[in-house]
Amino acid sequence: MSSDWIDIGALEDIPARGARVVKTAMGCVAVFRTGADEVFALENSCPHKGGPLSEGIVHGNKVTCPLHNWVFSLETGEAQGADEGTVPTYPARIDSGRVLLEHSFLQSRMAAE
Amino acid sequence: MTMKLIVIGAGMASGRALEHLFDADPDAYDVTLFNAEPRGNYNRIMLSPVLSGEKTYDEILTHDDAWYEENGVTCRFGEKIVAIDRDAKTVTADNGDVLPYDKLLFGTGSNPFMIPLPGHDLEGVIAYRDLEDTERMMSMGPDNKVVVIGGGLLGLEAAAGMAARGVNVTVVHIMGHLMERQLDEAAGYLLRKALMDKNITVKCSANSKEIVGENGQVKALMLDDGTELPCDLLVMAVGIRPNVKLAQDAGLAVGKGIHVDDQMLTSDENVLAVGECVEHNGALFGLVAPLYDQAKVVAKTLLGEDAAFVQKSLSTKLKVTGCDLFSAGDFADGEGREDIVFRDPARGVYKRLVLEENKVVGAVFYGDTADSNWFFGLIQSGEDVSEMRDTLIFGPAYQGGAALDPMAAVAALPDDAEICGCNGVSKGDIVAAINGGATDLAAVRATTKASGSCGTCTGLVEQVLGVTLGDDFVIPAAASMCGCTDLTHEDVRRMIKSRELKSMQAVFQELGWKTSCGCHVCRPALNFYLLADWPVEYQDDPQSRFINERKHANIQKDGTYSVVPRMWGGMTTPKELRAIADAAEKYNVPTVHVTGGQRIDLLGVRGEDLPAIWRDLNAAGMVSGHAYAKGLRTVKTCVGKDHCRFGTQDSTGLGIQIEKKLWGSWTPHKVKLAVSGCPRNCAEATCKDIGVVCVDSGYQIGVAGAAGMDVKETERLADVATEEEALEYITAFMQLYRENAKYLDRPYKWVAKVGLDWVKEQVFDEATRTGLIARFEFSQSIYQKDPWAEEAKKAEEKYEPIADFKLEAAE
Repeated sequence: MSSDWIDIGALEDIPARGARVVKTAMGCVAVFRTGADEVFALENSCPHKGGPLSEGIVHGNKVTCPLHNWVFSLETGEAQGADEGTVPTYPARIDSGRVLLEHSFLQSRMAAE
Repeated sequence: MTMKLIVIGAGMASGRALEHLFDADPDAYDVTLFNAEPRGNYNRIMLSPVLSGEKTYDEILTHDDAWYEENGVTCRFGEKIVAIDRDAKTVTADNGDVLPYDKLLFGTGSNPFMIPLPGHDLEGVIAYRDLEDTERMMSMGPDNKVVVIGGGLLGLEAAAGMAARGVNVTVVHIMGHLMERQLDEAAGYLLRKALMDKNITVKCSANSKEIVGENGQVKALMLDDGTELPCDLLVMAVGIRPNVKLAQDAGLAVGKGIHVDDQMLTSDENVLAVGECVEHNGALFGLVAPLYDQAKVVAKTLLGEDAAFVQKSLSTKLKVTGCDLFSAGDFADGEGREDIVFRDPARGVYKRLVLEENKVVGAVFYGDTADSNWFFGLIQSGEDVSEMRDTLIFGPAYQGGAALDPMAAVAALPDDAEICGCNGVSKGDIVAAINGGATDLAAVRATTKASGSCGTCTGLVEQVLGVTLGDDFVIPAAASMCGCTDLTHEDVRRMIKSRELKSMQAVFQELGWKTSCGCHVCRPALNFYLLADWPVEYQDDPQSRFINERKHANIQKDGTYSVVPRMWGGMTTPKELRAIADAAEKYNVPTVHVTGGQRIDLLGVRGEDLPAIWRDLNAAGMVSGHAYAKGLRTVKTCVGKDHCRFGTQDSTGLGIQIEKKLWGSWTPHKVKLAVSGCPRNCAEATCKDIGVVCVDSGYQIGVAGAAGMDVKETERLADVATEEEALEYITAFMQLYRENAKYLDRPYKWVAKVGLDWVKEQVFDEATRTGLIARFEFSQSIYQKDPWAEEAKKAEEKYEPIADFKLEAAE
């Protein structure tokens, strides 16, 4: 396993069509697992009113914000339909059933203080 | 000079490599072939037809003795290599013979993975790998029970093969649907259905815990939910691991498999490897197509010719008679990817194509795989399909010539083409009806019955109307449930009942959903419909619920939650109040608010604190108030005749009884009740979903009130004399609402649609009322439980972050 990636937990720790958050000094990162067992990491905060995207309903490769039903692509972070806004997306991948986030990205989220 | 080639393992990959080698240059090498199994190369993937009795061992033999002799191969079957000296370029056999080589080829294949469950070494626990395993399974008959762990390709073939021999087979699969690596959920659903038709019991999402034995012989498999599955034979078909031991001992580079480059050379230039034992660019290989590609490259490399192995997309077919199934390429959802989904519920057909940049990148077919090779060709060639996109899913027969639109496809159908499978209505019948004056869908339905039963052909009937009437007909936009279907909520509810659809996948398939897994609009609605109609058969799916119902708390605008314990009938005690006060202080609850439903709301609780605060409140005897649920909320009461000089009945007592009966039930929308002790109505019962006003003679039950976006007085459902009758009528009304209303319709909206008269007819008819109450009580026996206690017990970790890097940052 490359040292550029950090193991944050097992894939099965995230419910299928669900998400868990990773806490960082600069706020939470939502790590999603789709029904097809792909993972995506996005800023947890909705650009509309800051809703926690990790709590939304995951359908296909999209998530619906629990506060006002904005729908975002998990891949690009872009709002779908008539809404306009983008959620930052971050590198994430699966290796042998483990979920990995990029080391340099996590580093940058720690350096804030 | 002839060089010496030693091959370790007589499998399908090494066998194919030898064929290519001898074809190209029969004299290049002097070959010695070692095989641990006491036989030569047979077609391992045809073991399943041998098992089911469709083929014999002789028929699947690839190379017989004559072939080896003809090609001058020295066979050492039943013998193993125990050591390799790469410097001296020799191998040592288990009888001590040392043989020199110029080139060495690993074809050591793979070992079946055995889950190290307690009891995995009992007699009667086997893998499904070789002829011995197959023969073991063939010895089972109608008096035997067999459990197969693993619902992948191999496990299902084993199960089907034994079932064909009359064996009582149960498949235990850990994932939510069968063959999850090759199939999406929809195809997995159809496959499961087909296997169950073959009398195979299928248990998905099932965790094996222990293998139980008696006198050293397997007796049963125990699941972690306590289910015991008796068996005479237990087959583990959960996967394979490349067999790398020998290569590792010889000091070759080994990861998950033996590392090879594009020329199939290992880290030693004189040693090659092929087949299931190799790892190439991080990938392992279990299917036969890439192994054959590798074999070609091995032969060329051995002969000093240029060749490179390239990984291609793979396709899978299941070799189970009667289960037509095909999957190829990559069918995960992704940005820029589009699905084309075709479902024919009547024939049990599901087809899904995944397109990316106008190319087909993946395909899953079930029930009709006739054109699968053509689609696989499109995946491999990466051809631009935008020209034929609209009719692509119908296969090659519909392609060519000018691009077709769906209307043209309908126009091209012959008159005897069946449009409505349920009622056997042909296109000609419909055209005749239209020409006879039936110019809209309702009229066609009334005259021909087309689309009148399951309704899935509605779109087709409309297209026939469009083709026949031309511009005179505009296809109406019905208020469908969401973009995933053209059906309305009412249609879907009706079909869930009438066609006994008991899972989300059953709904998607049988009602022809246009998406693979629904959306945030239809999934919560379907989850409710299914659990309301099939409380036992359907498994509640938390991932299809809104966050409030998933976390059993109300999400607030800053992402914190509110916690509201239940106060039965609005009654509380000093002890409860003290516990609430303690919890509020302990978890730094910033806001404590008294709600309109006579209870206390703790606002601003952090998500990860929820299980702990629930545990504290549980300890004081309180349960969830379901203040977040599309379900029973509160029963508001006044103090009634115990204290009030005007009170006529015990309104608090009745309120508590009602709340104790109804709490925990899920409903289409939230339900709020009230009981007032006299017509002065201090509990405001006349604007509730259900409200009781006590009078001297008994109880006036009103329903369908509202005091939200709309304000509406209740309408009188019934006047009854006793508390017992009041409870009966209220329960029956609740169940009628649960069984019939559209998701997110409050009772007043639903009653406005069906009419109060109809509601009264149902609850006044004694048999209907009794049935409604029985069904409600049955559902409550499953769903009336305190989610706080359940969640705090079993799922605490899901409320916490999966990882916390804040702690490290603080250092």
